[in-house]
Amino acid sequence: MVGALDRKLLRDLGRIWAQTLAIALVLGCGIMMLVGAQATQQTLLDTQAAWYERHRFADVFTGARRAPASIVDDAVAIDGVAQAEGRITFTAMLDIDSMEEPATAQVLSLPERAGLNVPLVRRGRLPVPEHDSEVALSEPFAEAHGLYPGERFRAVLNGQLRELQVTGWVLSPEFVYTMAPGALLPDDRRFGLVWMPKATAAAVMDMSGAVNDISLRLARGADERAVIASLDALLDPWGGTGAYGRDRQMSHAFLDSELQQLGVMAAFLPPIFLLVAAFLVNMVLGRLIQLERVQIGLLKAIGYSAREIGWHYLKLALTIGALGWAVGAGFGWWISDAMIGLYADFFRFPFLIRSHGTEALWLGAALAAATVLIGAGRAVLAALRLPPAEAMQPPAPPGFSRGPTDRVLAWMQFRQTTMMIFRSILRWPARAAITLVGVSASVAVLVMSYFIFDSVDALADTIFGQANRQHMTLTLAQPQTEQAVRDAHALPGVMRAEGAYAMPVRLVNGHVTRLSALQGHFPGATLTQLVDDDGHVVTPPEDGLVLPETLAAALGLDPGDSLRVEMLAAPRRVLDLPVRAVIAQGLGQEVHIAAPALFAAMESVPQVNTIHLSVRADDIPALHAAIKATPAISGLSDWADLRRQFDATLAENLLIMVSIYTLIGALIAVGVVYNAARIQVAERSYELATLRVMGFSRVQVGYVLVGEMMLLTLVALPFGWVMGYGLAQGLVVGMSTDVIQLPFQISRRTFALATLVVMIAALGAALIVRRRLDQVDLATALKARE
Amino acid sequence: MRDTASPPVFRARGVTRVYRTGKVAVWALRGVDLALNEGEMVVLLGASGSGKSTLVNILGGLDLPTEGQVFFRDRELTRCNDRELTLFRRDHVGFVFQFYNLVPSLTARENVALVTEIARNPMRPEEALERVGLGARMDHFPAELSGGEQQRVAIARAIAKRPDVLLCDEPTGALDSATGVQVLAALNDVNRDLGTATVLITHNATIQQIAHRVVVLADGKVTRDEANATRLAPEEVSW
Repeated sequence: MVGALDRKLLRDLGRIWAQTLAIALVLGCGIMMLVGAQATQQTLLDTQAAWYERHRFADVFTGARRAPASIVDDAVAIDGVAQAEGRITFTAMLDIDSMEEPATAQVLSLPERAGLNVPLVRRGRLPVPEHDSEVALSEPFAEAHGLYPGERFRAVLNGQLRELQVTGWVLSPEFVYTMAPGALLPDDRRFGLVWMPKATAAAVMDMSGAVNDISLRLARGADERAVIASLDALLDPWGGTGAYGRDRQMSHAFLDSELQQLGVMAAFLPPIFLLVAAFLVNMVLGRLIQLERVQIGLLKAIGYSAREIGWHYLKLALTIGALGWAVGAGFGWWISDAMIGLYADFFRFPFLIRSHGTEALWLGAALAAATVLIGAGRAVLAALRLPPAEAMQPPAPPGFSRGPTDRVLAWMQFRQTTMMIFRSILRWPARAAITLVGVSASVAVLVMSYFIFDSVDALADTIFGQANRQHMTLTLAQPQTEQAVRDAHALPGVMRAEGAYAMPVRLVNGHVTRLSALQGHFPGATLTQLVDDDGHVVTPPEDGLVLPETLAAALGLDPGDSLRVEMLAAPRRVLDLPVRAVIAQGLGQEVHIAAPALFAAMESVPQVNTIHLSVRADDIPALHAAIKATPAISGLSDWADLRRQFDATLAENLLIMVSIYTLIGALIAVGVVYNAARIQVAERSYELATLRVMGFSRVQVGYVLVGEMMLLTLVALPFGWVMGYGLAQGLVVGMSTDVIQLPFQISRRTFALATLVVMIAALGAALIVRRRLDQVDLATALKARE
Repeated sequence: MRDTASPPVFRARGVTRVYRTGKVAVWALRGVDLALNEGEMVVLLGASGSGKSTLVNILGGLDLPTEGQVFFRDRELTRCNDRELTLFRRDHVGFVFQFYNLVPSLTARENVALVTEIARNPMRPEEALERVGLGARMDHFPAELSGGEQQRVAIARAIAKRPDVLLCDEPTGALDSATGVQVLAALNDVNRDLGTATVLITHNATIQQIAHRVVVLADGKVTRDEANATRLAPEEVSW
């Protein structure tokens, strides 16, 4: 049975339903982000774990130039290694009928021995050694080209043009996220994975009895660093390219950094929404209790205990909390579904283990309850303290007194309606402060949300506008002399060709080591340049190294320090080189050196292993044809196309993302201003009605209400800008991973847009409330005393 | 100052006002005819619910009758829209209410200035306040003034625009006798010195003695309308 007090509770809620809803939506937003991010994160984590486990994703990876197959047994003998798998891998150019330009592929031999990194057959079957033209393709690549089992395509394998037949489509735990080496975005059309039996691969690469790639699975409790060191030592004579754990495995690292960013999302934004919701509960409940003083007095007079009355109001707060939680949980689920759908475009899992986000739901419920109870606390305590006799007296009229601010206001010669605005703010500073905090939080959330686009813009500008002006980059199968650059220049349509050279290295400073690439910069190169985050072109000095900030920090290096560089390709020298400069660089973790200094240290003639081209658009088909016929080229990146893809991906998501961020950010402003204005109207409707009676128009009376809200909004803006700046800075730190560092750059457009959205939201909310003034009956307003 | 020969300020003809809430119809006024002359002070007397506030609200342009016509001089108020009524109140009517209805966040002077800022030909706020004897308390907020002082601020606010008519709804209703007399004296002074036609609603029969004319309402109808042969000064009455 519903008691009388509970019935009152329901009617109270019915009366203030719009305010309740506004608070519940703000609270719900916080819960939604928490539940959404955590359910998504948990789904990806559970799926990842199951996928890795079932298909035995390795723990440690390394490459070598060529090692005897028996080295795998030596690897298993390393303390802490449970299983080892040796295989053959190489890159190849593919000639696919459905595209004019060549595609690039990484070819891998299928696991045999320990069965690590086992591909899952999604369609057809795996190739068999008896047929040396059979291969399996990665599902996204095969899908992009419609290469169904039975179809054929051509490939240049180790310099020979071969026709291959597709037997099946597979997915592998090693390639949840697939990106061509040196690419910036996944491109399922231009880059694929090809699996073939080990015997076939050995025949192609002339590597019978040899392997060039080793994966290890570690025993429980094994020391990964020790295993890596032993493996490096083992492979050193065989041209080992440096072992690394899952943290440096590209697919895993990208997935991991995404999971980290989801964690940041779950931790970063919800507290702001919960805080604002708590303030709003405080504001609304405080007002309600003040309004119900007489009823509280009556309840006490007829024998209700303070505890019962307190619980009554807490239940009201908890109902708001429950509503917010329900809204948040529902939308959180929905948003997590949408996010998982989005991730499916980038991360290829064969299945999904959908997390129910139970933990997040419990946590959300606890946070929602805590939020409303904290918000309600002070107001309810005030209700408990009211002595019954006093409670039944109407509250004393608000006392105003003249202070120093009045002299300033008088000197400004404002109209009296403007004076009313200022005095109201000064008389109830706590309430004004809540509005200020809320509106500035709204601005801050918007600045932080829109900032992401500035950051991505800046990144794109650095990558495409300055650092990489080439139209195409050719990757050579083997390092070649500078003659290769002259040959490339002779290809059809090439206007300019510049060589570049990079070599895999291990960087050692004391006990800290990092795998990286040493990038040689040729003097006079203009197509590619080393550019820092501020857009300045950095020219590597005649001797010594230039390091990106994050890498220098990881190695504990400052300019002037010496760094040991171990070359992981011929001539495998170990050099001690001085660090000359450290630069801020969002993307890329390579070490830079002037090419002449590098070749001097290598005691070698200048070499190139990539060639950057600027080309005439009209000649591109002819160029593609020529590249397909050049076995020395093992890869091709089309930068113009990359830019198009980048822009398309961004444009596709931009509108949706901006809309969602805008909605969420504006919701805070609406919730806060709506509630503050409602309370103003409730408390001052008679005062404002009096103005109408005296001959003030609706607009003039509305000005008192809307003006106060907009004045507070204006004052809140700069606070919001500063808060947003701080939040964006925090976000950059939280979101930065080894894979990518977001550049910290906020445009004026972002501040302006956040400002505009909040102004419109606040004005809209205030105007909606203003309409209630029209409903006040002037005749009764004159008689009534609150 | 009183000019009974000139046309009346207000004329009400057959004014009827019915309030409907759901199926219940409440007849507040049932065909009231009334005229208010220039410079006249009329006391509108009646029990609670007799319809006197409804009548004054209609005269002041706060409400419209269900039937009948109301003229302010040559203008038919019953044909005015909301905006025109707002301007009518702004330019011609001063209101005084039982509970003063001052803006608590404005000082006495500022409460008066509220009106003078939008009026066509107002007096200075200081002048209005001096007229009601509050020259010394201009910078006080309502909460710092006594009830009688607050009501006098309300009167100052009402007269500062130099209204054609002053409509007072139970202006002494919330005050004790001595304070009420001060308020009546202020109203009487304004009527005498500025010639503002004044309608004073009260349920307090004693007050009728200060009026030029007394109109008694009962059950929504005028039951008596007669001039006072002899007027008493406000100071001479008490209750």
